[in-house]
Amino acid sequence: MKTENEPVKTAAKPKVAFFDFACCEGCQLQVANIGETLLDILGAIDVVEFREVMSEKYDKDYDVVIIEGSITDHHAEERIKKIRSRAKVLIAYGSCATIGGVNGMKNSFDLDEIRQSVYGKDYKLFDSTPTRPIHQVVKVDYTINGCPIYPPELIEVLKCALRGVPYTVPDNPVCAECKLNENVCMYERGISCLGPWTKAGCNSWCVNNGNICYGCRGEVKNPARNANDVISKYNLKPELIKNKFDMYNKCKEGDINVNRK
Amino acid sequence: MSTANKNLDIKVEYVTRVEGHGNIVVNVKDGKIEKCEFHVVESPRLFEGMLRGRSVFEAQHITSRICGICSCGHSLASIQAAEDALGVVPTAQTIKLRKLLLDYEFLDSHLLHIYLLAAPDILGVPSFVPLIASHNAVVRRALRMKKAVNDVCDILVGRHVHPISAIVGGFTKLPGPKDLDAQIKILESMADDLGETLALAKTLKFPDFHRETEYVGLVSDDGEYPLLMGDIGSTDGKRFKKADYLKATNEFIDPRSSAKFTKLSRDSFFVGALARFNLNANKLHPKAKAVADALGFKPVCHNPFLNTVAQVIEVVHCYYHAMDILLDLKKSGLDYKQAVTVGVNEKGAVPVRAGRGVGSVEVPRGLLHHCYETDAAGMIKKADCIIPTNQNINNIEYDFAKLLPEIINLPKETITLRLEMLVRAYDPCISCSTHYLDVKFVD
Repeated sequence: MKTENEPVKTAAKPKVAFFDFACCEGCQLQVANIGETLLDILGAIDVVEFREVMSEKYDKDYDVVIIEGSITDHHAEERIKKIRSRAKVLIAYGSCATIGGVNGMKNSFDLDEIRQSVYGKDYKLFDSTPTRPIHQVVKVDYTINGCPIYPPELIEVLKCALRGVPYTVPDNPVCAECKLNENVCMYERGISCLGPWTKAGCNSWCVNNGNICYGCRGEVKNPARNANDVISKYNLKPELIKNKFDMYNKCKEGDINVNRK
Repeated sequence: MSTANKNLDIKVEYVTRVEGHGNIVVNVKDGKIEKCEFHVVESPRLFEGMLRGRSVFEAQHITSRICGICSCGHSLASIQAAEDALGVVPTAQTIKLRKLLLDYEFLDSHLLHIYLLAAPDILGVPSFVPLIASHNAVVRRALRMKKAVNDVCDILVGRHVHPISAIVGGFTKLPGPKDLDAQIKILESMADDLGETLALAKTLKFPDFHRETEYVGLVSDDGEYPLLMGDIGSTDGKRFKKADYLKATNEFIDPRSSAKFTKLSRDSFFVGALARFNLNANKLHPKAKAVADALGFKPVCHNPFLNTVAQVIEVVHCYYHAMDILLDLKKSGLDYKQAVTVGVNEKGAVPVRAGRGVGSVEVPRGLLHHCYETDAAGMIKKADCIIPTNQNINNIEYDFAKLLPEIINLPKETITLRLEMLVRAYDPCISCSTHYLDVKFVD
């Protein structure tokens, strides 16, 4: 049996790099929030690039790259392709990278119209493409969901990536964890919540704190058994639920094209 | 003069150890400065456009995602704007808890900047990574303090990056007596590290550079160091109500570049820790005042590099201010009936009206404005967010213009590093910059 503390068996420590695309960089910050344990992780890997906290640059191939953010312009598309070509393993890190996240709301508008609404007549000075999560542009090997990411999951995925073993994202709805946490169902409190349709793995973080689930981890393949009943039972307007989903999951529409390829 | 035929080309692509993406471009030909600019090259995320058609009750959740470091600050500015538009008046308890959250935000962001982003320049290394070997105790202390602040934030609002329980109308979960004790205990455990931080601050040396400018931030008539409530004021004597924030920002496009700049009484102004210190030093917590005195730091200070020192002083202020709030809450107890369940207000828990609302809140990097216009159903028709870094870019460029001739005889590497240090001193948060225009390079 493999133990959790098994050391990484390499003479040279694996070269790991962080890269950020369109995002708030909050998932990077979650790394700094790990505390002194971070030094143990840094003892096992060799961080060669991490622009937000390092000035060092690296010009060889990477063992693992951790990608934060969505692809929202042509320059970003070229950049992620170059990074992919130099990386053995690519981890999509956080909602913006895995599902497009809040950046995807842009895709609900006509692109020129929304650019003009923010920048006025000079909007064309700023390149902008419809938002895409990383897997719609290059191959992704591991995903770490969430807005922000849940730090224990980062450590689990890193362990798997460094050992080359697969990591499976639990395909249960948030409700499964929410029930274990003994939260009163938001629907019982008269409020709609995306828990029944959203991938678990966050330990129902938002509902534990009295808020609703906003769907930041992406849609589950098998929604809670009663998910469809929820809509009729609580007499919800389907457009209300759809609108809520679009906050994080609008880019899912782009997956149809990816699957066809 | 030896500078007469000096030629210099500097192009720093993606300044490191800042949040978001920015470039420095310098051209000197035959001793004449042709260009010395700071360019924002963050790819646009169009938040203000995306907010249109969303419920004003969702604005906090969405705008928190503008910036991971200032997510609590964005949340508080957003909530203030939404409540102003809706006509919701927060309770005294809610205001107290929001002030506590803002104290935590300042502690978190300032500690990150002081230790991980600014200190490597002062200690002469490219990042905190070499410091793990050379200054292990310092790095451990930084991570320990960061974790401690993160932990108190977890207890108060669920998590620091994208707070969960702080919403329009109040808090969805209120800290119980044990939660208050836990926060007090964690803060107490930071006391020694805080002392070490001050000892470190006393040893730091900063470049000697001065340029008079206008300092802008919240001002108030009460005795509290204003971070959440008050009016918008400046060291040139300007004062506006928050609703008139546009009079204090005056965004304009300059032919020098197509970035949007701001100004007030002069060519440019400064927002951030140094501005707040220069405006309100007399209102700092006595413990913070004592630290300022010990460091020989007095208003009005015109050296932008010392923004980092002002941050150290604010760390002390926020630490003791937070502790005072916690002890006060522990003594008075909380009214748990004030916990709110809102969602997108589909049950009409909060009365909705059409309106316009402004939230102007001091966040670690300076004064942040959010403004929303809503329809009768509470849906956002128009949104405007003016970010501290957005307001500082103009001031950074005026600093560049004065600084470069003063250091032009130094080696290119030294000049580059000094300009980068100046940018980092402002602690810019470029991902936050919601509406910059692109800049064309002159090759």
